[in-house]
Amino acid sequence: MLEHYLSLFIKAVFIENLALAFFLGMCTFLAVSKKVETATGLGIAVIVVQTITVPANNLIYNYLLKEGALAWTGASLANEDLSFLGLISYIGVIAAIVQILEMTLDKFFPALYASLGIFLPLITVNCAILGGSLFMVERNYNFPESVVFGFGSGVGWALAIMALAGIREKMKYSDVPDGLRGLGITFITVGLMALGFLAFSGIQL
Amino acid sequence: MSIKKTLFNPLFENNPIALQILGICSALAVTTKMEAVLVMCVAVIFVMALSNFSVSLIRHHIPNSIRIIVEMTIIASLVIVTDQLLKAFVYDVAKSMTVYVSLIITNCIVMGRAEAYAMKNGPFMSLLDGIGNGLGYSIVLIFVGLFRELLGSGKIMGLTILPLTREGGWYEANGMMLLSPSAFFLIGLFIWGLRAWKKNQVEEEN
Repeated sequence: MLEHYLSLFIKAVFIENLALAFFLGMCTFLAVSKKVETATGLGIAVIVVQTITVPANNLIYNYLLKEGALAWTGASLANEDLSFLGLISYIGVIAAIVQILEMTLDKFFPALYASLGIFLPLITVNCAILGGSLFMVERNYNFPESVVFGFGSGVGWALAIMALAGIREKMKYSDVPDGLRGLGITFITVGLMALGFLAFSGIQL
Repeated sequence: MSIKKTLFNPLFENNPIALQILGICSALAVTTKMEAVLVMCVAVIFVMALSNFSVSLIRHHIPNSIRIIVEMTIIASLVIVTDQLLKAFVYDVAKSMTVYVSLIITNCIVMGRAEAYAMKNGPFMSLLDGIGNGLGYSIVLIFVGLFRELLGSGKIMGLTILPLTREGGWYEANGMMLLSPSAFFLIGLFIWGLRAWKKNQVEEEN
């Protein structure tokens, strides 16, 4: 049993890395990776939000939206299929959780809150978060699996953005052609990183 | 700004992907086949035009503090409609695009333009801005998709252009083009080309 969760975790971090294998959260990934320090802050925020939202959306999907999920309310709703409402519920949950998290951090961990700053609200529109929930639904994870997947995929994304920030800090010292400077060379760097991560894809777990 | 400028500026002068860094996720993931690319472009243009239009219509009635949630709800509803339409009419393509149709919701182009343009301008101009930015996004997507399908499988829109060696032709397929990292290289090169042409877009050295 433990083995199953461990392999799911490794898979979520490396083989199915949200940033480098599925290209989710790319806008923030490219825009906020100029410094390792800020990238780390954002990475931690993503891990926290992802670990909470994926299991929360898992419960919503399994007990409210899935075909026949409303059976617990009584016979009249037993055959309802509300899965077309999925998107709007997930994004609502994500927005709400980010808001709650923001208030909680502000009250109980002001130091961490100050260091995350603007990144916390930005996470609402980070497609890695919504993508995580959608993949969870598509792959039919149960509750414990969704906890592991949420945490693992968050860690994977954080790892990727920190690595990219490290490379970009070093790149300041290199002589890049004019037109490629900034965004262009970053794209190519990420392409090379993604090629590296492809090496994991042969691993069978 | 004139109508023409609003509509065509986002194509090269102020391209959402190459300059504004918006909406990159989907540009990378759905570009192995031209068919999927075209469906994606139509979907994004549709959602952007209508979301910009609707947000602009009610812009004077949205309280500032909850505007993101209101915009999200409008965008999410439009994406659900698009998703259902695609599933009804082009099921196979929609299936192959998996979660990326749904991810138009968090495609930052849609959100970004609603925030930056539709909240400040009239409905008609916002509609045009939506279409224009959708087209700018489509240009990059079509560029990437064209090269990936042509070099990766020797075809465009399923028609054989370069006959493959394994089917008796002369072209050895470039397998890397079918893998995702190639999209990064192509967009990187697209940006390079664009900035070599439009010098003012070159970033300052920091």
